[in-house]
Amino acid sequence: MQFVQLVISGLAQGCIYGLIALGFVLIYKATETVNFAQGELLMIGGFAGLFAATTLGFPYWAVILVAMAVTAVIGFLNERIILRPILGQSAVAIVMVTIGFGYMARGLVTMIPVIGTDTHSLPVPFRGEVFRFAGLVISAEHIVIITVTILLCGALAALFRYTKIGIAMQAMSQNQLAAYYMGIPVKRLSSLIWAISAAVAAIAGILLAPLTFIHANMGFIGIKAFPAAVIGGFTSLPGAIVGGLIIGVVESLAGFYLMEGFKDAAPFMVVLAMLVLKPNGLFGERLAKKV
Amino acid sequence: MRFIFKTRYEQDIELFQHGGKVFWYGLLMAVLLVAPVFVSPYVLTQLSQVCIYAIVAVGLMLLAGFTGQLSLGHAAFMAVGAYTQGVLVTAGVPFFVGIVAAALFAAAVGVIVGLPALRVKGLYLGIATLAFGTIIEEIIARAEHVTGGNAGLMVPPVNLFGWRFADGPSFYYLCLAFAVAATLIVINILRSPTGRAFVAIRDSEISAQSMGVNLAFYKTLSFAISAAFAGVAGGLYAHNIRFLSPDQFTVVQSIELVMMVVIGGLGSVHGAIYGAAFLIALPQMINAVKPFLPLFLSEATGLQPTVFGAVLILVVLFEPLGIYGAWLKTRTYFDLFPFYRQGMFRRQKAFQKSDRLK
Repeated sequence: MQFVQLVISGLAQGCIYGLIALGFVLIYKATETVNFAQGELLMIGGFAGLFAATTLGFPYWAVILVAMAVTAVIGFLNERIILRPILGQSAVAIVMVTIGFGYMARGLVTMIPVIGTDTHSLPVPFRGEVFRFAGLVISAEHIVIITVTILLCGALAALFRYTKIGIAMQAMSQNQLAAYYMGIPVKRLSSLIWAISAAVAAIAGILLAPLTFIHANMGFIGIKAFPAAVIGGFTSLPGAIVGGLIIGVVESLAGFYLMEGFKDAAPFMVVLAMLVLKPNGLFGERLAKKV
Repeated sequence: MRFIFKTRYEQDIELFQHGGKVFWYGLLMAVLLVAPVFVSPYVLTQLSQVCIYAIVAVGLMLLAGFTGQLSLGHAAFMAVGAYTQGVLVTAGVPFFVGIVAAALFAAAVGVIVGLPALRVKGLYLGIATLAFGTIIEEIIARAEHVTGGNAGLMVPPVNLFGWRFADGPSFYYLCLAFAVAATLIVINILRSPTGRAFVAIRDSEISAQSMGVNLAFYKTLSFAISAAFAGVAGGLYAHNIRFLSPDQFTVVQSIELVMMVVIGGLGSVHGAIYGAAFLIALPQMINAVKPFLPLFLSEATGLQPTVFGAVLILVVLFEPLGIYGAWLKTRTYFDLFPFYRQGMFRRQKAFQKSDRLK
């Protein structure tokens, strides 16, 4: 029972990692850049939601929409203004720009007088409720996280499968040049991808809020989502979620069964093993260059 | 304007290309040597700090700027060096033995961290080094009987042949000596076949390999040397701060070290030094302008990260060679006056290259 309990809370936490990793993968697939500021977008989403919930008094579903909208706009502008001029530069340059954006976001948030460095809690309708089921105690927050993640994944899968824009995005991630020749507006789509991935981060932020509160440094969770993305292979959307779940469960189990301190290091040990044994991840595509 | 007329092949690899350089570097050295006479003790501490970070920076520059391997775990190497030094010196080991041990131990860890570099590259390598850094930080926090864990570790001041380099000028000279030595070592490595191999790997792994460069060996070597520098710097850092705890060597610190070399200017030894100076000077500059800012800005703890992030973005967008690039442009302007043209340093139009095909 203990074990199942741990797995469930691990899965819930893993969904958060998975959603952040999903953001990494979306951007990586489309533009081959890694957004180190994904965690900060999550944080911005959290604060946008907080503003909508407390100051504007919106209901929960509207809070999610507001958070998504705000971060989507920020993600869009981020791609348009900061990243597009340096496309084609070295990976280090692009990574540094996203890190710089993350620093700025974190710093600017603490400058807003009412926020500062305090922690805030987001009012949610299901706070503190638990379900008892066959000897298990499952908190409502965990159930909401898992449900929303499943719904979101379904929505994204449908977007990529059935809509014209989704198919264009798929084409773009396979071969940008060819997509461009086919008349796909590659530039506009990559801005759009940034917006989508920022919105996904915002959802993760709102979902995470009941578990960890909202504060300026909550974005550091993004660092833990890297292992999730690597395990999934960095180019596979389902892989990101699976990787996130693996990391979440490993972390939860390691925190209980192993010595203190393993909880934080375990995800990184898993990812190192993965990189040494199978660098392309579980679902990554393996392409060889023709010389 | 100066023309260097080369008559011997050795002139290509001379340490100082012409007499002017000998003069200016000599002047810089003289200024640094007499600095303790003129500056306040506080500024002197900051200068020591710059020297320490300059050692990390030249090491990291060798790895990131010249071998093209991204490391987001360099603070961990510093931590290994700092703790080795701290523990050994506390146990009564002489300073120099300690610092050599710190360098060797950090280099050994660097070799281990470099192992993934043989299989993965680019961003994956960054993530692998980041993972290693986190694990090493966690190990240090948990090995309480050796490192004191999160409670921290006190480090005594430097004691060299019975002469205490407690603080002020003597410690500054010690750091300066190490920084100059580190810079000279890196410059000499870069003039040697090893350094050429590093640069070849950075520019194209496939071409380097076809020229007979052993990728595995040179990548590991680069990691080891870079880590050894970070280890030495860590050892000095331990004596400077006198108190070590794992939270001084987090991932954030590692990222700041990379920022340092990027802002300084990737791919130049000058840039490493500029970056180190910038990293130490920026908080001071922010403190200096704080009284003139509105209250909500000056009291915000996030002011420094914001400025840091903004500088980083601006540098990458507009001055890819960092502070060194800005200096290079200024110098060329005066060198060629009045023939400097607007587009002389225009970046080549770059198309995005795919990393997925290895």
